[in-house]
Amino acid sequence: MSGTLLAEVLTGGVRGGTSILFAALGETICERAGVVNLGTEGNMLMGAMTGYAVASITGNTWVGVAAGAAAGGALALLHAYFVLNRRTNQLATGLVLLFLALGVTSLFGVAYVKADIDAFQPVAVPGLSSLPFLGEIFFEQTVLTYLAYALVPALWWLLFRSRWGVVLRAAGERSEVLATYGYRVKPVQYLAVVAGGCLGGLGGAQLSTAYTNAWFENMTQGRGFIAVAVVIFAGRHPIKVAGGSLLFGAALALAPALQARGYSVNQFALDAVPYLLTIVVLVLLGKRESAQPPEGLQKVFEGSAVT
Amino acid sequence: MSSRTPRPSRALIALAGLAMVAGACGSNQTPAEKAASGSGGSTPATGAGAPGAGSTKVGFIFVGPKDDYGYNQAAYQGSQAVKAGVPGIEVLTAENVPETDEAVRVMEQMIDKGAKIIFATSYGHLDPATKVAAAHPDVVVVQQGNLIKGTVASNMGTYFGTVYEPVYLAGIAAGKATKSNKLGYVYAFPIPQTIANINSFELGAKSVNKDAKTYVVNTSNWCDPAKQAEAAKSLISQGVDVITQHQDCTSTVTKEAESAGISVVGYHADASTLAPKGWLTGSEWKWDDLYVDIVKTAKDGKFPGSKYNANYRVGYKTGTNPFVQSKYGPSVSDDTKALIEKAKKEISGADGSPFKGPIKAQDGSELFPAGVPADYATIEDKNKAFVEGVVGDMPKMN
Repeated sequence: MSGTLLAEVLTGGVRGGTSILFAALGETICERAGVVNLGTEGNMLMGAMTGYAVASITGNTWVGVAAGAAAGGALALLHAYFVLNRRTNQLATGLVLLFLALGVTSLFGVAYVKADIDAFQPVAVPGLSSLPFLGEIFFEQTVLTYLAYALVPALWWLLFRSRWGVVLRAAGERSEVLATYGYRVKPVQYLAVVAGGCLGGLGGAQLSTAYTNAWFENMTQGRGFIAVAVVIFAGRHPIKVAGGSLLFGAALALAPALQARGYSVNQFALDAVPYLLTIVVLVLLGKRESAQPPEGLQKVFEGSAVT
Repeated sequence: MSSRTPRPSRALIALAGLAMVAGACGSNQTPAEKAASGSGGSTPATGAGAPGAGSTKVGFIFVGPKDDYGYNQAAYQGSQAVKAGVPGIEVLTAENVPETDEAVRVMEQMIDKGAKIIFATSYGHLDPATKVAAAHPDVVVVQQGNLIKGTVASNMGTYFGTVYEPVYLAGIAAGKATKSNKLGYVYAFPIPQTIANINSFELGAKSVNKDAKTYVVNTSNWCDPAKQAEAAKSLISQGVDVITQHQDCTSTVTKEAESAGISVVGYHADASTLAPKGWLTGSEWKWDDLYVDIVKTAKDGKFPGSKYNANYRVGYKTGTNPFVQSKYGPSVSDDTKALIEKAKKEISGADGSPFKGPIKAQDGSELFPAGVPADYATIEDKNKAFVEGVVGDMPKMN
């Protein structure tokens, strides 16, 4: 099974990029509705720990994944309450909730470090997996990765082609207008933040139940922040977000693939490549009007409260 | 009976700090701080007045949680062995003690409770341990893994095992098990201890299989399971059929190997249940005997001048190495086990060592000249390059 370097790196990119993709799609929904969740890393941790723990307790990995998504959503619900009801600073609240998640997951996760689960294994998609080159890269992955594939166009349609999407984006752009038309803004934003948190949790659960088959304290190692960065640099567009997530994954897969072939690498350069490459590519791709953040978000970054 | 000394809460520390400021007359220093600023060493003789003599309590501080399935858990288990192995002793333990002056406070609390023997089990606990030892000449403070530079106070010492010895033996199991002659090593950083492990693993494998090569991939992180998964997959795709690691968290690589149907050599802990088919053997900490002996030595008033009152390093050649070989998996043949027994005898002998020269580095230069290297410290220090047979470069750090 010794494939080419390129195919191996891209396969690893899809595999490793899936958790970031889930979280980034979630953050896309959240930011489109005018709320930044810097605690995406925390949502992923909740999902990774809960997903692994519940999968081990129930013996059913799907139940674990569902629980992981719910746990990510629960943390996001707190975020929504604080920033929408209590009008706290969005950036600070996200970070505080990340630290909460870090503490909670390391406390309750200890019991599951040695637990065993029936982890997701790669499943070849009949037909598609025999496509030359692309088959092994995209269609010999786990079911959760296929779910992520499906979510990308679904979210695009939802945001840009459905009535829901118009309402959601209006909440993020200029919520006064939405209110004038008789919509209640807060429930829309609540829904967006919680849905985003669920996807972050799903990303974390993919990390623990499909990718690494393990739970360890702080195992997300900053992937939630990568997801937020990808969303921002990809202009909150689901297709570009998907590209950025997989690109980051591929850049991460480059180091071990090169090393296993005996190539000499520069530690610092290789550790920095994923970040630099992803940012450069997304900045180049994102130089269009669509990269403008929603008006509601601009207020967050300029320091005034979102109304 | 064991009681826990909880880590003091931040609020308490803040209060203590306030109290010190309010006091402002200079007498509020902790004894350790006094000693650090003032005079220190008295030199008690052995016997009843010796440091640690007659202690009925012993304190252990750990940098991490006691359930990390690695370094800290092993140290914690050692502390529990002291409870069982030394009649009438009470064991105080504190987890998550940072390598700062907070460690001084935790140790002071233990001393206040009557402990006269303290184990500071993390590398970075040396500075706080030195302060506490200076402040309490009647208390024995031993530190795990670091080296005291200069004179060693009569109530201090460091101790550690020789990690690469069981790794060498595991390398023999790997060299016999491989069919592709490709072994994989997932490591974190190119530090001397890790390089010694990788070299020792390859030398062990090569001693029974001259074609065995070790392929190395680093993760630049002690515990990033996603990077570990990718590292293992990359190695496996290159045809590696035995994999091992030097990581803090070990289950991802172990499970990855098992599900790929290849063999795995463990590190830090016995993970044989995670790889019932592929598990060969491994290396793990077993501090019980050493801890018990240190405590007994101190309790009997014999600590000053003893081997523990120094930078004590123990390996097969000098005693019982606390880094031991894990149990064998089902696929290891009796033939291989006999080879390992034989090798263990050889490297335990006066003229034996995994690093018995001549040993060449990757670039053909001589890493170890003919003969047996001087001592354990020299060996670790000389492991700054990979030996011949290791495939892959050390990452450049600049």
